[in-house]
Amino acid sequence: MAEDKFDAIVVGAGPAGSACAYTLAKQGKSVLLLERGNTAGSKNVSGGRLYTYALELLEPELYKRAPLQRKIVREQVMLLNERGATTVDYFNPDFGEGVPQSYSVVRAVLDEWFAAEVEAAGGMVASGVLVDGLIEENGKIVGICTGEEEMRSDVVVAADGVNSLLGQKAGLFPEVSSHAVGVGVKETIELPDNLINARFGLKHGEGAARVAIGCTEGISGGAFLYTNKGSISLGIVFNPEQAAKQQRHIQDIFQDFKMHPAIQPLIEGGTSVEFGAHLVPEIGYQGIPKRLHREGMLVVGDAVQFGINTGLIIRGMDLAIVSGLAAARAILNSANTAETGSLYMKQLEELLLIANQRAYQNFHNIFEISRIFSGYPKLANEAMQFMFTVDGKVPKPMVKGLLEVVKRHASFGQMAADGWKAFRSL
Amino acid sequence: MTIKKLGPEELLSLDKFSVDEGNPHILVDKAICATCTPRACLVVCPARCYRLKDGQVNFEYAGCLECGTCRVMCKDKGVTSWSYPGATYGVTFRCS
Repeated sequence: MAEDKFDAIVVGAGPAGSACAYTLAKQGKSVLLLERGNTAGSKNVSGGRLYTYALELLEPELYKRAPLQRKIVREQVMLLNERGATTVDYFNPDFGEGVPQSYSVVRAVLDEWFAAEVEAAGGMVASGVLVDGLIEENGKIVGICTGEEEMRSDVVVAADGVNSLLGQKAGLFPEVSSHAVGVGVKETIELPDNLINARFGLKHGEGAARVAIGCTEGISGGAFLYTNKGSISLGIVFNPEQAAKQQRHIQDIFQDFKMHPAIQPLIEGGTSVEFGAHLVPEIGYQGIPKRLHREGMLVVGDAVQFGINTGLIIRGMDLAIVSGLAAARAILNSANTAETGSLYMKQLEELLLIANQRAYQNFHNIFEISRIFSGYPKLANEAMQFMFTVDGKVPKPMVKGLLEVVKRHASFGQMAADGWKAFRSL
Repeated sequence: MTIKKLGPEELLSLDKFSVDEGNPHILVDKAICATCTPRACLVVCPARCYRLKDGQVNFEYAGCLECGTCRVMCKDKGVTSWSYPGATYGVTFRCS
């Protein structure tokens, strides 16, 4: 490395940053990966599922070395009302065959491993380093500052997460907007594996992923539950604007959810060991800034709001890894810094990241249908109650009883409008 | 331990904090907060760093989870400066 200058400085050792640094280091580039946490992963929070294809793209069979938790073979959707729950449990053992489709992950473990892989590939990793500025010369980004110290590189890759202060300092995009993010809170609860397996119907190494609606007091948002090795990740993501308009603190809504009669038995006997919070890019394609690069700088992962949430599928870490790989390939393929940015955009297309984002581009409009978060989950549970109740009295005719339940929560006009909106969003 | 509702202090006690005493990473202008009516921070800050005390918004940075919610939700710009704590300071999540 001539004159202490790196080929690339990557800021942030999350999945995006480490994927980029790992790819560059493997190809013999001099790369410095900087992380503000005392260890990689120590400040990172996510719900907890990684779709495996992204690691496969990076390097076939890399996932076998990764400290992943459980391969997800049960996909569950839960509709809650005050005390009841209607749960769909989709079991598919094929999701765990071959290269398993997805795994639950624990970030402190995953990110630390990933950073160690960067080091093993020949990259330099420094934790406990906060990057607080960029060095700009002749309109180009040529390095970073940390306190009094300056470090230089041909390219800076900003993988500094959803709040991306560096992307803003570089003038690429404004502060993230409150309508574009969800605020997530999460408790990690330690629980022995034999209890997790019994409660969720899992064999050794298998996992369940669950989403739940009807537990946010009508706020656009939903809960998640992931089974890990020896722990469960339980959390809720709220639309912060709607949350702000009501009076209850989101912590309290979350704690009520944790104690819901259908949730509490799943975690009973466990020990809460961590409480985390994080902003989540929520509006997919439409939230991605127009500019993801300038000369000498590329922005990857959460920092440019890559994310997909269909209500059933929640993706972020896989897109982060793919974007990190795209940035690395752009750096490897470019003859000079002037063309790196356009090569990065081309790689994002070639690796199908942009196409994936575009495929779901209107999905978030569904979450504007307020009845999804309260009325419809209640309707589902009351319909179940009606159909399963036997008390010796003469039951109402089935159709009449169900229509009464429906009318309590939505008119046919409202349902038609909601259905049409959902249809158009898909 | 059995599962129970945890209060704000109990939740934060699950994480490790190294506080940069006298050097807050978020600056809040109380004069602006005094005239703010939505006061979204009181409800949406996951760490409850913003609380009402004698009718005023009181901000305590020590338990900040560094999520950025106050920054995006503060409409009157009472949050005058938002950055991450200096190196080695702030929250450490035990197992995220």
